[in-house]
Amino acid sequence: MMPPVFSRRQSIAQLLKTVLAASMGTLLSGAAKAQVDKLTITGLSEARLRTFEEMIRPYVQNQELKKEGVSLSLPMLADNGHMVPLSLKIDSPMIEAEHITHVYLISQRNPVPLMAKFVLGPWSGRADLSTRVRLSGNQSVIALARRSDGSFIYDAQEVVVTEAACVDNG
Amino acid sequence: MSSARLQIPPRITQGDVFKIRLLVNHPMDSGFLRDIDGVLIQRNVIRHLVCTLNGKEVFRVEPTTGVSANPLFEFYLRATESGGMLFRWVDDKAYIGELRHNLVVEAANTSKPSGN
Repeated sequence: MMPPVFSRRQSIAQLLKTVLAASMGTLLSGAAKAQVDKLTITGLSEARLRTFEEMIRPYVQNQELKKEGVSLSLPMLADNGHMVPLSLKIDSPMIEAEHITHVYLISQRNPVPLMAKFVLGPWSGRADLSTRVRLSGNQSVIALARRSDGSFIYDAQEVVVTEAACVDNG
Repeated sequence: MSSARLQIPPRITQGDVFKIRLLVNHPMDSGFLRDIDGVLIQRNVIRHLVCTLNGKEVFRVEPTTGVSANPLFEFYLRATESGGMLFRWVDDKAYIGELRHNLVVEAANTSKPSGN
C-alpha cells in the first residue's frame, strides 16, 4: 500500500486522512443520525467532491484553459477550516495589452463552490492576492484567472483540513 | 459596528507597486451554522467590496460564504496619483461599510529611473 518514496509530510497527511475516515465512520454509525438529517435540511448533504469540469466550466465555458502562470499556495495541512490562509501569485505583466481581469477561487467541497471573485486590471501593477477562506473538509482548491485576451489559466492545490468549517451544527 | 483596518506602506513613490492589506470587521455568517439554541443563523456575508481611487475603481472583490469571518484581502496597486481612496462594502443586510484613506504618492526621485 505504501508508495516506495514516502516523505514525512505525505505520511502525516495520510495518517490524518486515515484517522479522519475512521472517526467519520464511527460518528455516522450511531448517534449522528439526527445530525445527518440536519445536514440534509441545510443542503450540506451535497458535500461530495465536485469534478474538475464542474468546478471550472461555469467560468471558463468554451475558452482556452491552461495550467500555467498561477501559483496557489495553501497550507498542506489546515488545522482550522474556518480560516485557511490562501495566497496566489500570477505571472502577468499587468499592462494594458496583457493583464489579468478576474480571479476566481473555487472549492471542491464547500456548499458554495465559488469562494471569492476578484476583479483586477492594469492599474493593479501585480496580480498577487491573498485572503483567508473557509474549507469544509479535505479537497483541492482551484485558483482560476482570466486573462485580458479571454483565455484562462489556473492552479490547483490539495489541502487536508482537520476541522472542517460549516459542519458543527448545534 | 462594522469597520476595517488598512495597512499600506508609509512612503509610496510614483510608479511603485505597493501592497494593500485590508482587514474588514465582519461576521460573514455563512447561513449553515446554528446558534446555541439550534436556530439557524441567517446568512450575512459581504456581497462586494470595492476600492476606488479618485472615483476610479481599482479593486473589487465579491466574496461568498467561502471567505472567513473578518476577511483579510491583500492586493497590489500601482502608484500613479495621490488622492482619496475609498473602500466600500455592502452585505446581505444592506449595511454599507466605508473606509476612507488619503493616499499620498511622492514624486519619483530623479536619481532613480521611473518604474512606470
